[in-house]
Amino acid sequence: MTAKSNPIVKTENVTEFRTGSPKLSMTIKNRIFQSAVLVWFSIFALVIIYPIIWLGLSGLKSNSDFFLNTWSLPEEWIWSNYKAAWDAGIGQFFLNSVYVTVVSVITVLLLGSMAAYGLSRFQFKGQNLVLILILSGLMLAPQVSLIPLYKLLQGLGLYNTYWALVLPYVAFQLPFSIFLMRSYFLSIPRELEESAIIDGCNTWKVYRHIIIPMGKPIIASCALLTGMNVWNEFMFALVFVEDSSLRTIPVGLMNLRSQLNTNFGIQLAGLAISALPMIIAYIIFQKQFVRGLTAGSVKG
Amino acid sequence: MTRTFRNRRTALLYILPALFLILSLVFLPIVLNLYNSLFRWNSFDPGRTFVGLEYYIRLFKDPVFYTALKNNSLYAIISLVFQVGGGLIIAAILEDKLIRRFQPFFRTIFFIPSVISIAVVGLLWQLLYNPEVGLVNGALKAIGQAEWAHSWLGDSEVAIYAVVAVSQWQYTGYMAMLFLIAMQKIPFEYYEAAMIDGASRIKTFFNITVPQIKEMLLVGSVITVIGAFKVFDEVYIMTFGGPGRSTEVLGTMLYRSAFRNDEMGYASTIGTIVFVITLTLSLVQLKLGKSGQEV
Repeated sequence: MTAKSNPIVKTENVTEFRTGSPKLSMTIKNRIFQSAVLVWFSIFALVIIYPIIWLGLSGLKSNSDFFLNTWSLPEEWIWSNYKAAWDAGIGQFFLNSVYVTVVSVITVLLLGSMAAYGLSRFQFKGQNLVLILILSGLMLAPQVSLIPLYKLLQGLGLYNTYWALVLPYVAFQLPFSIFLMRSYFLSIPRELEESAIIDGCNTWKVYRHIIIPMGKPIIASCALLTGMNVWNEFMFALVFVEDSSLRTIPVGLMNLRSQLNTNFGIQLAGLAISALPMIIAYIIFQKQFVRGLTAGSVKG
Repeated sequence: MTRTFRNRRTALLYILPALFLILSLVFLPIVLNLYNSLFRWNSFDPGRTFVGLEYYIRLFKDPVFYTALKNNSLYAIISLVFQVGGGLIIAAILEDKLIRRFQPFFRTIFFIPSVISIAVVGLLWQLLYNPEVGLVNGALKAIGQAEWAHSWLGDSEVAIYAVVAVSQWQYTGYMAMLFLIAMQKIPFEYYEAAMIDGASRIKTFFNITVPQIKEMLLVGSVITVIGAFKVFDEVYIMTFGGPGRSTEVLGTMLYRSAFRNDEMGYASTIGTIVFVITLTLSLVQLKLGKSGQEV
């Protein structure tokens, strides 16, 4: 029922297809189709991008300008809103997010690539069980673990520290990264490793000098996807730290909202500062991003 | 070579750190959650009282639970239509040879919202929905439909749809991207053959594109449905379950029980229900994934 059952190319059709009149009517139809789609997609693109641009621009407005001229460009471009938002807390939240994200990503890459290497190269009893255990971690909803983790982190004395975020983030991001890296490592040819082993390398040297360099593309994809997920995570960040000096951007923004309830310009500037790094990173690393998605084809 | 890589102890050295973290921070909590749901306890008092299945009985009598279930299901259905259905159509059109040269532009723009955190998106849309200054009412007035203007998040009849709509805005482009990637793996000859046969676009779509990416469609659908039962951030940020409790979902109900009402046992019970639902859906996904490979 797939393409196999589709009729095979017939020569008569080819000639017919190339003759004048049907082609002409097709061009007109194609034109209409093309224009209709372009109009539709442009409207859709506008609906997507306009609110984001509006966010950035409104962040430059004074409060009265914001209320009176919702649609227009700022009357006066108040860049100090961005500075004020940064000083009102975004700066601290931003640094916390950077710290938590960098530590989490490095840990996920290190532990994940080691586990993926172990699972792709070694053969041992119980291997399948380990693999299934790790991969089923992909399916579990973080909410189910919320309360026990909260108690666990309190019990370990980690509640309200950076580790209260880093450790759960690493644990929840590992399955997906291992899944991606393992499938990639499996596709790396084994000849190099074999000769390295014969030359007397141990497995650690194989891992460091062959697997890691050859696995760079997938490691980069994992770094991007993990980084994005950690940067944007909200629920754990809301529950596992209490001090506003430890808050990451997503939760910090909620603070800022109540704190700056009356100043929309600064509030929006704060939102813009928070959204921008991810948008820029996405546009720069687009290719890598798409490749990461292709490799995984799963909502990270 | 073979001997080196058959050493179980060496293998475990590589795997154990990751496995330990996953077991202790992902799996152990699930067991603990089940256990926790059998006790009455709160976060400050170390004492616990065993209540057995009392919370489960209470949950099934709680009308808010049914509101939450209804809202999660609504999330699932609407997301299936817009993200999976809409995403599929968008991807198919972007792959059409007449549109393909515009593909990079639209693809980039459609995907952008999904890289922004839900916190930013939620707070942004809260403003867009604002009845006085929001763009949504402003746009309705601009196209002459002022009578449609609403206090979108303040009206218990429409609030849940307003919240669900934000997810569609954010993730339709993401799904479209996944489908695009799958479509780009379809051999071009299939399309060529269909074109030469004079098959229409619609026919080509149903006879070639859809069957060829069936697997991805299934995965996308199940991910979307599971995602709908995990929803928390956007509801918490935009409405916190209100007005009344009209937009409550399982996630916010759990959070409210645990951290506002300090009923940890009841919250754990909701956690168990979320676990059962998402586990069931995951098993369905596995089953579908397998049968998909056989076809």
